[in-house]
Amino acid sequence: MSLLQIDDLQTHFFTSGGVVKAVDGVSYSVDRGKVLAVVGESGSGKSVTGLSVMGLIDAPGRIVGGSIKFDGREIANLPSPEMRKLRGARISMIFQDPMMTLNPVLRVDTQMVETIHAHRDMSKPDAWALCRDTLGRVGIPSPDERMRAYPHQFSGGMRQRVAIAIALLNKPDLIIADEPTTALDVTIQAQILHLMQKLVEEDGTGLVWITHDLSVVAGFADDVAVMYAGEIVEQATTDALIAEPRHPYSRGLIGSVPSRNRRGARLAQIPGGAPPAVNRPKGCRFATRCSYRTAGCDAPQELRNHVRCWRADDLPAFDEVLA
Amino acid sequence: MVYVIRRLLQAVFLALVMSFLVFTGIFAVGNPVDILISPEATQAERVLLIAQLGLDRPFHEQYLIFLGNVLQGDFGNSFVYNRPALGLILERMPATLELAFAAIMIAVVLGIPLGVYAGLRPGTLGSQTVMAGSILGFSVPNFWQAIMLIMVFSVMLGWFPVSGRGEVGEFLGIRSSLFTLNGLQHIALPAINLAIGHLALVIRLARSGTREVQSQDFIRFARAKGLTEPRIVIVHLLRNILIPIVTLVGMSFGGLIAFAVVTESIFAWPGMGKLIIDSIRQLDRPVVVAYLIVIVVIFIILNLLVDLLYSLIDPRIRLDGAKQ
Amino acid sequence: MTDATTNPATLAPERPVWRIMRDFRKNPLAMVGLAMLLVIVTAALLAPWITPQDPYDLRSLSIMDSRLAPGEVGFSGISFWLGTDGQGRDMFSAILYGLRISLMVGVIACTTAMILGLTLGLVAAYFGGRIDTLVMRLVDLHLSFPPILVALILLAVLGRGLENIIFALIIVQWATFARMARATALSERGREYVEAAQSLGLSRSRILFGHLLPNCLPPLMVLYTVEIASAIALEATLSFLGVGLPATQPSLGLLISNGFQFVMSGQYWISVFPGVALLLLIVAINLVGDRLRDVLNPRNIT
Repeated sequence: MSLLQIDDLQTHFFTSGGVVKAVDGVSYSVDRGKVLAVVGESGSGKSVTGLSVMGLIDAPGRIVGGSIKFDGREIANLPSPEMRKLRGARISMIFQDPMMTLNPVLRVDTQMVETIHAHRDMSKPDAWALCRDTLGRVGIPSPDERMRAYPHQFSGGMRQRVAIAIALLNKPDLIIADEPTTALDVTIQAQILHLMQKLVEEDGTGLVWITHDLSVVAGFADDVAVMYAGEIVEQATTDALIAEPRHPYSRGLIGSVPSRNRRGARLAQIPGGAPPAVNRPKGCRFATRCSYRTAGCDAPQELRNHVRCWRADDLPAFDEVLA
Repeated sequence: MVYVIRRLLQAVFLALVMSFLVFTGIFAVGNPVDILISPEATQAERVLLIAQLGLDRPFHEQYLIFLGNVLQGDFGNSFVYNRPALGLILERMPATLELAFAAIMIAVVLGIPLGVYAGLRPGTLGSQTVMAGSILGFSVPNFWQAIMLIMVFSVMLGWFPVSGRGEVGEFLGIRSSLFTLNGLQHIALPAINLAIGHLALVIRLARSGTREVQSQDFIRFARAKGLTEPRIVIVHLLRNILIPIVTLVGMSFGGLIAFAVVTESIFAWPGMGKLIIDSIRQLDRPVVVAYLIVIVVIFIILNLLVDLLYSLIDPRIRLDGAKQ
Repeated sequence: MTDATTNPATLAPERPVWRIMRDFRKNPLAMVGLAMLLVIVTAALLAPWITPQDPYDLRSLSIMDSRLAPGEVGFSGISFWLGTDGQGRDMFSAILYGLRISLMVGVIACTTAMILGLTLGLVAAYFGGRIDTLVMRLVDLHLSFPPILVALILLAVLGRGLENIIFALIIVQWATFARMARATALSERGREYVEAAQSLGLSRSRILFGHLLPNCLPPLMVLYTVEIASAIALEATLSFLGVGLPATQPSLGLLISNGFQFVMSGQYWISVFPGVALLLLIVAINLVGDRLRDVLNPRNIT
């Protein structure tokens, strides 16, 4: 049994401009100690899927269908007091911008200790000591001193470490990380990535790593789910996907990573933009930007063999395309 | 420390400028003699009185004498009461401060919860009622509102006295009418009247602050940590929206003291405001000038206090005035 | 997700004026405010033709009609729907005439204050340096005192009178406009189009009035609307306190003041109805201003 099992999840936003089907039938699963990367461009629904798991979808959004099973228990649309007990205790989340995730007017220790006290009874000195040790664990120097500092006294990378420490405090089974390195410098990105890898390995935590940047994924994630316009278009092990992407969109993503290209070759790019979230086409949602498009693409696409493309088996081999 | 000293120097300068402007202005109005001295007085009596009041000297001499006296705390005697002007004002200050304090308390204690509620639950009937009420409270002319309060609660219902200040009680060495039942009955209507406009302001600030802070990532992160809703609102949200509200309260306390003029006149509240209106009407120059200087001093003290409070609430602000 | 480039409907260029009007209409409360405002202004403008009596023509008043309750028919055969005051004056007529004066004072004072403040604010923002410091010091000094206090002092110095109160209101309000104009202009000044205009060698005044001014207008319009309401309220307050308009120019504040003494004896209408009129006027202006603020805020464009 998987730690997290999402089936046919539908999360829609009921706006005055129409129903936005941000997540439109997404399924994926994560096991303990495994890393799943969810890759897609902004607006693909990857973050909304993560927030749905956390029960953090605000009006006018709502989970309208599908199931989210956590450790065998159905948690989609769980009553909010029940959901609150899971959040921050068994499932943690880390957000994109470390400048914004910590409350600017509260000291770091306040923001850490309250996370423990929200979920279990522990004496204040014990909780404080645990927080300090966790800060040390995520690589913050002189944690004793830093506990009493305010967020603005930390750099961006250090703040993200604090956020990670907060996420780890209650030893969660699952961590959902929503682009946690996007806002950081490249060198810091690598450090954080490394840190996360080490931490989930040590604790046997499941990790969902949401990102728009495929280059981060290799050597880090076990599996990859590629999302486009509210759907998963391809799912594979990381190695398989990078070696032989099968969906045209995945190919486009990998083709646009500079290191994958041969020197001097033109960097591939995907023309155009995603279709509007209201009134999406009935057929393949990627068709308008796809170079392999034919008349058959106007029919709705099913996920077959983990690829949402009826021509997947007919496409030329990936190496030929690049050459 | 340097900051505080610089602020104090600015304050002294401001007080000087104000004293000059006011003195000049009032001087230009002309002749208190006509008002103070009965038309039937003989010429000899007039000359005597003018000399007594120092009104026969040239302008700059009058100002310099005035300035010298002010530095010794002497603003001259009121033409009308023939008593030291400063004393008259200080005597009435507690009543005004008490009224302004009561009004601020009403505005804050009611305004913050209502505004936060309206911000958290936009679109509900309750929050729309609150917001409609705040637009109304904002718009009702204060003096007319006072009349309506008197009409409904004093004349028609008879719940509260029409005017005046009640008995004064003593508590912890402070003498105030807030400590007696009779005093509270008397202060209720004037305080509410003075509070309503600010109540509306606090509600709006709290609401817009709540809506802005609520969509911030750190609130979402707080929810992701599994904190309870009350903790998120009281600790995370409130601390952040307090900054503009503290500013408003601090800044508007001075405004309340000034605006108390209207409320005090209508409810015959024996404070500084009623005194200044009477003095303006009677051209009682020393009292008007003394009142203004006192107000300037109050304003400066309040501004300093607000700055100090800021740095307590928002760790990002340090007293050098720079925001990191 | 509702990216403008993906939605063909938003691609069509639209005059901002139309967008503002269309957005404005979406809020029913604001439309009620606008309707109220139009009715009040029209009624005030047409007062001499639609009131049953000229309230300041003493020959048309009869002391026999004094303090009649609303709805009663007077000695002269007119029915007084809003009652009469202590001198037998029809309250309805008096209110419409009072509205005229209140509106006139508010609009004249506010418009002048805006022109003055706008000019000073733009000049301060554009030239910067010492001029900026001077103007803004003055503004800060000014704004650190509550409006009512400034007005009281000015009127204490100048005495009652129509010109004096307009002057006092201008002095009270110019600084608010100056501060906002400067702030908006400063944020606009750094924009590319101003730099572009400068590099094209356009003259300073051309940039100031041709480029900065139009971009400062939306927030100023909102401020202008709201400040008219506060000017009217302040004038009424001062007149009520007996330091504003003289008895020969009875604004709403004066009418309410005259009725105050009768409230204690239960003759509520002399104070209540002018107050209701004043309140409706201010609420209407504020409703419109509130909506304008939402509609003109670029962040709220959907």
